[in-house]
Parts: sequence; C-alpha cells; structure tokens
Amino acid sequence: MLISVKNLCKKYLNEGVTTEALSGVSFSIEKGEFVAIMGPSGSGKSTLMQIIGLLDRPSDGEYFFKVEYIRTLTDDELALIRNQNIGFVFQSFNLLPRTTVFENVELPLLYDERSDSRKNIEKRVGEVLEAVSLGHRVNNFSNQLSGGEQQRVAIARALVNDPAIILADEPTGNLDSKAGLQIMKILQRLNDEGRTIVMVTHETYTSEHAKRIIQMLDGKIVADGAVKKRRIAEGEERLLK
Amino acid sequence: MRFSDPLKISYRNILAAKVRSFLTILGIIIGIASVIIIIAIGTSAQQLILNQIRGIGSNLIGVLPGASEEKGPPAGAFGVSITTLKYADLQAILKKQNVPNVVDGAAYVNGNKTAKFQDQSKSTAFTGTTASYINVESASVANGRFFTKEEEADLSRVAVLGSQVALDFFGTNIDPIGKRFKVGDQSLTVIGVLSSRGSTAFSNQDKSIFIPLFTAQKVVLGIDHINFLRLKVDDEKNIDRSVADIKATLRDQHQIRNSANDDFTVRDQRAGLDAITSITNAIKYFLTAIAAISLLVGGVGIMNTMLISVNERIREVGLRKAIGAKNSTVMFQFLIESAVITLIGGVVGIIFGALVSFLAAIIMQKLGYQWPFIVTLSSVILAVVISTMVGIFFGLYPARRAAKYNIVEALRYE
Repeated sequence: MLISVKNLCKKYLNEGVTTEALSGVSFSIEKGEFVAIMGPSGSGKSTLMQIIGLLDRPSDGEYFFKVEYIRTLTDDELALIRNQNIGFVFQSFNLLPRTTVFENVELPLLYDERSDSRKNIEKRVGEVLEAVSLGHRVNNFSNQLSGGEQQRVAIARALVNDPAIILADEPTGNLDSKAGLQIMKILQRLNDEGRTIVMVTHETYTSEHAKRIIQMLDGKIVADGAVKKRRIAEGEERLLK
Repeated sequence: MRFSDPLKISYRNILAAKVRSFLTILGIIIGIASVIIIIAIGTSAQQLILNQIRGIGSNLIGVLPGASEEKGPPAGAFGVSITTLKYADLQAILKKQNVPNVVDGAAYVNGNKTAKFQDQSKSTAFTGTTASYINVESASVANGRFFTKEEEADLSRVAVLGSQVALDFFGTNIDPIGKRFKVGDQSLTVIGVLSSRGSTAFSNQDKSIFIPLFTAQKVVLGIDHINFLRLKVDDEKNIDRSVADIKATLRDQHQIRNSANDDFTVRDQRAGLDAITSITNAIKYFLTAIAAISLLVGGVGIMNTMLISVNERIREVGLRKAIGAKNSTVMFQFLIESAVITLIGGVVGIIFGALVSFLAAIIMQKLGYQWPFIVTLSSVILAVVISTMVGIFFGLYPARRAAKYNIVEALRYE
C-alpha cells in the first residue's frame, strides 16, 4: 500500500468563519494505480491533493505515506519525503523564469541530500527529457517553449528523482486539446511502465484516461470505482481533427 | 545542495532586475565609499598634523608660568599674565648638576606691536628670545645671521625677521639686511631673515619678528618675567627624567616645598602629541559614525529590494519548497542574494573610496602639504565586514518571510 488515508478532515478558518474543505475522507492507493480525483470546484479535490502531496497538513484524520505516519513528521522531514518520493505537475507548469530546461529539470536533484555527481545529474536529466521527447530542447530557456512543451518539462522535473508517485493537479487545464492529449499520452505510458499516478481534474473526458475515479462533492467522496470505458490517448488524435 | 547554486541564482536575479539592483548597490557603494574616504582622509590629516609637531622636535620640553591641570590648558592660555617665570630659571635648568640631560634651552617673551618701515605699518607679532633659539628650534637663517649671545647681553637693537614679515615689508626687490625699521617706538636694525618653515601646530615663525630677549623685556615691553621656556634634551628617552629634574630645579628656585603649590607647568611634546591624537581620533570616529548612517540607509534600501524580490518570487518559493527545499535552504538562498548585493557594493565602494582619497592626496600635495595617501587595511576589512553584515542583517527579515511562506498559498499566488 502506497497511500492510506482515514477519516481525513480539513477546516479553514477565514475571517472568523470556519469552512470544511474535507470532512471524513478515507481511501487507499496501491502501487501502480492511475487514479483521477474528480469533482466540481469547491468539492475539496485540490485540498485532498495538497494533503496527499504533503504540501499541507490535515486538521484531523490519519495519513500513511508508504510506512510513514505523517502527523508526527517535522516540516523538514516532509520536505525530504516530497523531494525523494513525490513528483508534482501543476496546472500552470510552475517552471522557473530565466532558467533553461536543463536547470528546471535538475532542480529536485539539487535539493536531494543524497547528492549525485555532476555527470550522473546530466545523465539523469537527459533520460527524463528523452522520456517526454524534449531531449533537443535541453538548453532552451523555459519561456521559449510552448505551453505543451512547458508541461512536458514539468513532467520531466517530476520524474527526475524517480518518485514513488506523480501528483498532477489539472495537468491539461491550461493547454489546448491537442497538447493536453499529448500529456495524457505521456502519463498513460508512465503508468504502463509501473509509475503510480494521481491526477486531479474537473473534466470527465480527462478523468476517463485514468483507471480509477474518485468522485468528490462537498468535501466527501461520493463515488470510487474503476473506469468502465477507459480512453487510451494513443491514437486519439484523429478524433480531434 | 551545492554552495555554487544559490550564488548562480543570486547572479541571475540581480541581472534580471538591473536598474533596481544597481540602485540598491549604489546605496551601499556610497555608504562604503564614505567610510573609506573619511577614514583615509582622517588618517592622512592626522599624520600631517603629527608630522608637523614632530618637525618641531620630540626631544623638546616646554615650561610655562602658572599651575595647570595635568592635561588641561596652562593658566597663561586664558590671557592672564603670570610673572612667576624668570630668566634665572633658565640659567638654573641649564646647569649640568641640576638637569644633566638638557643640552640647550631658549627663553621667550611674546608681544604684538606696530611695525613700521618707511610708510608701511602693520601690527606684527614679535618674539624676544635668546641666541640659542636657532639651535633649540632647529631653525635656519636664509639671509644674514641670527643675533649672538653678546648682542643679547648688550641689549642690542637688532632684529631677525620671519620670512613672511620680510616679504610683507620689503618685498622681493629690497634686501632687508642693514635696514632700520621700528617696532613700537624702538628703532631696530635688521640683521637676518629666517628660512620659511610654514605654520606648525601652535605658532607661525614666518610671521614673527625676533629680537634679543633683554631688548624685548627691558626696552620694548618693560617687564622682567618671561612667557615660555623651551629646553632641548639630549635624547627622547630621557624626557621623563628631565621633566622631573626641571620640576625639582624650579621648585628649588621658587622655594616651593609642596608640588601642589607649583607656579609653573612643564610639558613635553608627547603630551601635546597625545592630546592632538585623541582630538583628531575623536573627530575621525565622529565622521565615521556619520558615514555609518549612510550605510544604514543603504541597508534599508536592501531590505526594500529584497522584500520586492521575495514578493515577485513567491510562486518560485512555493515551487522550490514543494520539490523539497527546506525552509532553511530557502532562507539561505535569499540571504546569499542580499549578501552578494552588499558585497558587490562594498568592493566597488572600496575602490571608489580609495580613488577619491588618492585624488584628494594629489590635490593636497599640489597645494604644498605633505599629505600622505593612506588607505589602511583595517578600514578595508572594516568596510567588507560592515557591508556583508548589513546585507545579512537587512536580508534576514525578507529571507525569513520567504522561508515561512505557506506552500499552498505560495503556489496559488498571482
């Protein structure tokens, strides 16, 4: 078992008003799954993603990541787990400005205290850029790339530390359908290779590329099950034309 | 994380906001340059003054009439005429059995009288002194000769002119030697002109007329006391012993049993040097403190720039933390950045400050001062340390702010 949450709650206090973004969420994710967390805005899916990604702490409930009981860990220990076990892909890419593709992708390795030799870093960055078909862009600056290319750089960055899980928050949200499809193609291939992926989306179409959908509404899980007719991104391009 | 990475990031961020970085660095440059300039010019001016005093001779001891506090000014300085010092005191001090290390001494009376030559007249300082003046003061005669012991004893009506006085009354065309001119209502014959010496710490030999002591006392002023004694000691290291011997001799002369009742003051050159050093130091530190205020202002500029930089890069901070940067790593990154800004400012400020000090030295030397160019290593080290400290101190608050940022909010920040 990779992730296990039980009765997860998250309350926000905003100008004296408490809002409950999550109220008693329980599920688990095994290694090798491709899960889509679905729901309209305000359903708590992003909050859930942030807590799973160790970017935020729950107000209540239990969370195990691998064997770690998250509640007792310090901020620095969480940073270490994020660095070595979780790859993030964000809706707005979040590449560093004024920086080359290479420098963006190597970033997680720089914060890794198992610090590698320069040569190994170069080799590893090259590998993951090939995996997203951007080997030829390694020395370009991030702002010289198209949106789809930027998101692929972000995926390469998420992969570079060989994480146990990739968390993608609306990865196609800022992309046109063609570029979005390409991202889904890469995510599906990574999953086929054994990588665990959790993706947040509000689009049914996108969610159908996953293997399992967790449906959320008002901070609760309302449905959790396998995708009945899974879409395969490979070969879908012709449908767009 | 390698140490070179935050440096590389700093370099890139400083370049990314060129104008802002330049203005911030400029603030530090001005602060550091003023510290360097003030310390350099202060040290040079101090050296100039001290050299002038040493030029008089550090093996000299002065005796003034009237008691005084150890470090304070002598009573005579307040314009009170004190008549306790006599020519006989000089004679007693010059006796080998009284003060063995004194090799020579001169007595002085001072005054101001109207000097007249032909149709020119001007109020001029005059000094009545002994023939030993030339030796004691290490003065030299440019033209003619100084008066002799015999002329001194004979109440001869002769005068030796300071170089400026000679120039004022006779210009460059007339040879003053042998000319008669008047001091007060006494007619004197010019027998010599002293070499120009410039202003020393307390008096200007060039602007005075020198006449034999007794002539000044009896003929011009009508007094029998003297204003000042100056004694030359064989070696600087015998100063302390000689001061004690002189005091004992004078107490004997004046029949004083208790040193609390001393009616004279003995000063060696060192006391004067110490006093002037402490005064010039005080001025230097005061000016340095003012320069430090400009550094403080520069530091606030850094804080402002860093806060803007942190605000612009909140998303970047969020991302870095998301992919595993610890709070301390983020903080270190921003601290390095502000330290780099101030260090650049510090180095440029040192170069600029040294350059200005060098130009000042050249100008002062052209004006005829023996003005040394001194930039001390300690002032450079001080400047580097201060500028880096300013960077770290004023970078700390923005850096902590960046490090403490909530990741989720930072990633969402627009």
